[in-house]
Amino acid sequence: MFVAFIRNAIRFSTIFLFGSTGEIITEKSGHLNMGTPGIMCLGGIGAVLGERLYLLTIANDVDLINPFLCVLFPLIMTIIFGALGGLFFSFLTVTLRCNQNVVGLTLTTFGVGLNAFILARVPRGAGFTYASAYFYKLFPDTVVSSTGWFGEIFLGHGFLVYLAIILAIIATIVIKKTNVGLSLRSIGENPATADAAGLNVSKYRYLATMIGGAIAALGGLFYIMDYLGGSVEYTIDRYGWMAVALVIFSVWNPSFSIFGSLLFGALYIMPSFLDGLSFADKELIKLVPYAVTILVLVVTSLFNRKETQPPAALGLTYFREDR
Amino acid sequence: MENNIALQFVNISKSFGSKIANKNVSLDLRKGEILAILGENGSGKTTLMNAAIGIYYPDEGQIFVNGEEASIHSPKDAYNYHIGMIHQHFKLVDVFTAKENVILGLSKEDYKKQEEATKAKQDLKLQKIREEEGREPTKEELKKYNKRIKDSKSYNLEEAKRKIIKICKKYGFEVDPDKKVYEMSVSEKQTLEIIKALYKGVDILILDEPTAVLTPQETKKLFNVLRNMASQGKSIIIITHKLNEVLEISDRVSVLRKGEYAGTVVTKDTNEKELTELMVGRKIELNIKRPAVKNPHDRLFIEGLTYTNREGVKALDDVSFVARGGEILGIAGIACNGQRELLEGIAGLVHLDSGDIVFHNPKKNRPVTFFHHNVKQIRELAEKGALYDDDTKETLNLKGVSTKKIKEMVQKEKIMFYEDEIIDLRNKKPIEIRNLGIKLSFVPEDRLGMGLVGNMNIIDNMMLRSFRKGHSIFLNRKKPKYLAEEIVDELEVVTPNLKTPVRNLSGGNIQKLLVGREISSSPKVLMVAYPVRGLDIKSSYTIYDLLNEQKERGTAVVFVGEDLDVLLALSDRILVLSGGKVAGIVDARKTTKEEIGLLMTKSIEKQEVSYNVSQEDEEE
Repeated sequence: MFVAFIRNAIRFSTIFLFGSTGEIITEKSGHLNMGTPGIMCLGGIGAVLGERLYLLTIANDVDLINPFLCVLFPLIMTIIFGALGGLFFSFLTVTLRCNQNVVGLTLTTFGVGLNAFILARVPRGAGFTYASAYFYKLFPDTVVSSTGWFGEIFLGHGFLVYLAIILAIIATIVIKKTNVGLSLRSIGENPATADAAGLNVSKYRYLATMIGGAIAALGGLFYIMDYLGGSVEYTIDRYGWMAVALVIFSVWNPSFSIFGSLLFGALYIMPSFLDGLSFADKELIKLVPYAVTILVLVVTSLFNRKETQPPAALGLTYFREDR
Repeated sequence: MENNIALQFVNISKSFGSKIANKNVSLDLRKGEILAILGENGSGKTTLMNAAIGIYYPDEGQIFVNGEEASIHSPKDAYNYHIGMIHQHFKLVDVFTAKENVILGLSKEDYKKQEEATKAKQDLKLQKIREEEGREPTKEELKKYNKRIKDSKSYNLEEAKRKIIKICKKYGFEVDPDKKVYEMSVSEKQTLEIIKALYKGVDILILDEPTAVLTPQETKKLFNVLRNMASQGKSIIIITHKLNEVLEISDRVSVLRKGEYAGTVVTKDTNEKELTELMVGRKIELNIKRPAVKNPHDRLFIEGLTYTNREGVKALDDVSFVARGGEILGIAGIACNGQRELLEGIAGLVHLDSGDIVFHNPKKNRPVTFFHHNVKQIRELAEKGALYDDDTKETLNLKGVSTKKIKEMVQKEKIMFYEDEIIDLRNKKPIEIRNLGIKLSFVPEDRLGMGLVGNMNIIDNMMLRSFRKGHSIFLNRKKPKYLAEEIVDELEVVTPNLKTPVRNLSGGNIQKLLVGREISSSPKVLMVAYPVRGLDIKSSYTIYDLLNEQKERGTAVVFVGEDLDVLLALSDRILVLSGGKVAGIVDARKTTKEEIGLLMTKSIEKQEVSYNVSQEDEEE
């Protein structure tokens, strides 16, 4: 029971981890992308379209399905869709200098709407199980079962779970330890200074937002292909908001986000593992992550350490002529 | 001789729209010298320097670096020519450490150059070991050699730290490379900016008003460092308007006046008087009317105002003066010497440390009117015993008297004041001041930031002052509309219609609207800050006429200006601020431009010194 709980918490937390890692990279460049839930929806759409594309073009017979390509198509489509979401956001906020909040919320509305549209086009009961079968497991069942509880907790996941953790760690290292990370942080903190130092603020913001979008979109892919097992019956936007909240919880550090998302995921699925709870009580437990986020906000602003504050230029559009 | 010149400006012209910032300016900077560029505000000093580091591109003229023509389009280009500038507002990232700030923005080429430089240096070291000590380098030495080269070719904070410490030792800086910028003092930040420039290999360093934010001790330290750098072959330009500092630090002084080059002098052959004359020029005759002062009365008493700003600098230091009704009090001074804080302090926008602001209302033996008080306020005044009945000459008791009766008495002018009204305004919020019935109008320097709302139309902007007067839950736009029509008509505001967002109007028209709104409430005190900044001649004269009109009405006008000629022609008295202190109050009809110029540039230390000297003179 307990092992199953941990196993499911890790699986569930992957959704949040992708979303928050992507959002942190975006926010480090000073872009407050409220469109992350929408981008995650777009990622889900990319995943199902990718599978259909593969099945309709190359593998038009079930026997022709190649596991590698069957995974690769949805993956690439998801990344493209996510990056396009980021591109749309950057084009409006950097090039056309629109308000970031407005653009972000528009993007979310759009993503959710498109997702609902795709959902309505899929006949009831039909799913995307062909690709899903390959997303669901990385290690063979024999390996997993032979290692007991260890195998069930740590090995019994699809590759996306491991990818999410690796990406979060890589993102942390890049942000903290490299020249690119230094430049990225400086743009989020003080774009005028970065500009004076010869960095291309627009380029960094475009790229960070697109990469962040692509990573967040993987959350959508994971949700549909792995977590739901190929079903498109739910949209992911409500978990997208949690990913945005998680960014604050993890004080803009993707490594903290690994534990943060695990905590959020555990709290969120806990009600299903507790017996004898009323429906209302279950909903109450699901509420805890949000309360924790508020608590973190209160605590970080109480201590007021500069390192735990959001990037100073977060949400601000930069014009060179303003200086 | 030609080789001796590090940086040369030839016939630089630059204009922003119709405003000319630089006109045919030519000057040169020699190698290893400290050149001061002196000029009043708006004389084009900073614009000229921004052309050298690529923030602006000049409309005309050339810049030569080491005798070769340079085309500088961005700060990065400037660095390639080894020119760096320390801005007044530091370009530092707060949450980064010193070393992170220093290496921010280094590109691959920069690292390549750094690697080559390190390699050459380390090769030399090995060679030295081989030749002088006659032995092969040891394993540790070779390991160190390789590590140094590896460190220098990419992002490496250790290497940055090492280089920063080296620079600090060379020039005598004191900065901890691991300290975060937000923990640093202003002086440390400035030092860090200089280190940043030196790290990038700057040979020509431009400092824009470097001492404006420093204490005298820090200034001394900075000057030592600058001298040190100059003696090691760096060329330095320092932009300033403080005469005593110019005389102390520079080798030569170039003076700009109203965008034009006014001359260059060798510092040791000049004196303050000559520099002031160069800086302010001869008096220009302006055709501004100045009506004679009619029955002036003391209106606003300012006593010992002191205000410490967020940076911990005393922006106002013991400022005292009296503003009189029916008079224009000009306030002169170089920008950021306390003018803004003074006006905002009086208007109740900043919290003052100490001092008194007393508003004086001559009410003695005058009737109460509904213009200033409503029935409730009259009742309160009567309760305090401040009123008397004109018929009986006895203290008025309004207890139990009906509102109707009071209204009747007021209309017949039967209720009189015993005494003048004296109100303390210190640290009262603007709304509290207004509720006290004091008509105090303030035209701030930042028109769209503090005066008007750019996205709102003319009518709505007129309501900003009066919307609280409404009685229903819906806005009543009738009166503001009349007011807007009146202002647009009388002040000849050019606008498509009254529904145009204020943001879309030109600066002059925006200013006319703002001044028009502020004087529409027939203020007792009118404070205006730089009302003609950015305005053309015709609009400027409209504003001057408006101020004169107010003066003749008996308003106490406080006028903060930057053009000394205008101040001299318009004001009755001029108060000169310097370093947050009152450097002097002079009669505008009798004073000269030079006198004001000297007062403006007189820094506090200087003041004390000259005071001591004169005392000694008396003893002799």
